[in-house]
Amino acid sequence: MKRLLAWIGVTALIFLLIAALAPGLLAPADPLAINPTQSFRAPSFDHLFGTDESGRDIYTRVIHGTGASLLIGVSATAIGIGLALVFGLLAGLGPRWLDFGTTRFLEVLFAFPGLLLALLFIVVYGPGVITSTIAVGLATAPGYARIIRSRVLVVRRAPYLEAAAVLGRGWWFRLWRHLLPNVAGSLFVLVTLGIGQSIVWASSLSYLGLGAVPPAAEWGAMLSAGRTYLASFWWMTFFPGLFIMISAVASTLVGRGLQERNRDS
Amino acid sequence: MAFVLWAVATVTFFAIRLIPGDPAEAILGGPGSQASAAALAQARADYGLDQPLFVQYLHYLGRMLRGDLGTSYALKQPVLAVVGENLGGTLLLAVVSLIVAAAIALALAAWSAQGGRVASGVSWLLEVIAAAVPHFWLAISLILLFSTTLGWLPPVSVPGPIGLVLPILTLALPLSGFLAQVMRESILDAIASPFVLAARTRGEGSGGVFWRHALRHAAIPAIGLAGWAFGSLISGAVVVETIFARPGLGRSLLTAVQQRDVPLVLGVVLVVALGYMLVTTLTDLADRLVDPRLRAS
Repeated sequence: MKRLLAWIGVTALIFLLIAALAPGLLAPADPLAINPTQSFRAPSFDHLFGTDESGRDIYTRVIHGTGASLLIGVSATAIGIGLALVFGLLAGLGPRWLDFGTTRFLEVLFAFPGLLLALLFIVVYGPGVITSTIAVGLATAPGYARIIRSRVLVVRRAPYLEAAAVLGRGWWFRLWRHLLPNVAGSLFVLVTLGIGQSIVWASSLSYLGLGAVPPAAEWGAMLSAGRTYLASFWWMTFFPGLFIMISAVASTLVGRGLQERNRDS
Repeated sequence: MAFVLWAVATVTFFAIRLIPGDPAEAILGGPGSQASAAALAQARADYGLDQPLFVQYLHYLGRMLRGDLGTSYALKQPVLAVVGENLGGTLLLAVVSLIVAAAIALALAAWSAQGGRVASGVSWLLEVIAAAVPHFWLAISLILLFSTTLGWLPPVSVPGPIGLVLPILTLALPLSGFLAQVMRESILDAIASPFVLAARTRGEGSGGVFWRHALRHAAIPAIGLAGWAFGSLISGAVVVETIFARPGLGRSLLTAVQQRDVPLVLGVVLVVALGYMLVTTLTDLADRLVDPRLRAS
């Protein structure tokens, strides 16, 4: 059962990657082509997901939006993990006062729960795709940093590091060849779980009008545009939301699968 | 705790100084307002912006200690009054959602610990919702189902209990997924442990074992999640209050961010940070109540 779920996740992820890298294969039409005579059409064989206020085909737009939306998720996660790695390594490897300082600093960041840190960042640097991506990365960093720090603390006491020190290996060698690869194993799980979360957060910001803006074919922006027509034309918000969910579920299933495998071995 | 509060206040104060543009201009309605030089100077003097940064910082800390969070740029009202006006609605939403979520999670955990396959299925579904469904998407789906299609509930939050149903469901469902997952694991661990076997041999029924023994163990990790749950509820409230057009702290925060109403954003953030710290302090106390092992040490 668990294996099956993980494979469903992998399949969905491959589908999303194809949509991101070669959207033309799945949806040959132009995502920006408007056709006012065909506006607000309900889902049908001609328009699988219906059309929007300018008669643009929503299926085509959702497929072409995959790249942008995944890129936002991946970049936000990369920013979050990158920052967390710096803090986690400083705290886990540095002298005691550095660990103390970093941990206190993370504690302060934890007092801005959830979206708050992201909103604070946006109020300083203004809304937009780039700022909202950085904001999501920043907001997720403290959580990752705490996990990385505890992992580093476990690994640095491992017997193989002691052995490497006894053999006279240098500090850099031990860091690059022993410590980082062992921390990276758990990082991989964090990244796969995190990408789904980042997409969800970034799309929430777009939905609130603080991220990507219409008419870009990005899921959050499409949702934000469809919000006005929610009561009469549900398909405008339903399908972009469905794809956000599919990517978040896929990343969660794959992440959980990896977690299980790490635990077993 | 005082340290964290001071640090939060300091971080926010200096973060705000990073904002490009003249704060005096923001007070007078943004760069488009073409305010005169005299009006700008007047605004600077009114808000103390003409003094050195360090003096401004000390003034800011001093005002904070007296509970004065400044005046909102957009609403021209004291921030504390705006926060006070909106706090109640959000607290009601968050507390009721938390109770509903805990009740769902407890029922599911009890049910699936007794081996119910349906219960495991339901809690798995809630776990996926918790991990992958954005609040706004859940809210939209609930509106489509219960308002547009069935017509049972209003799509906006009207006054009275009926208007609270959909906002609370939106916040409570994902939270219950997380809680159920954590509680189920610790209940299963507890039921497999020797003290439960001992209770069983003393003649305790399965209900007694569950309520008297396993439940305490399920509560410990769930209580540990309280701080995180608080953050998740507040983030959710920003979205939920916006979608259901419900007045509250979350919606005022979003409006303030959109208008770049710096004092109001700061005020809300500081109040939330204070709330977070209160919750984590209470969590430690609750832990000691539930777990006698912590009291002994």
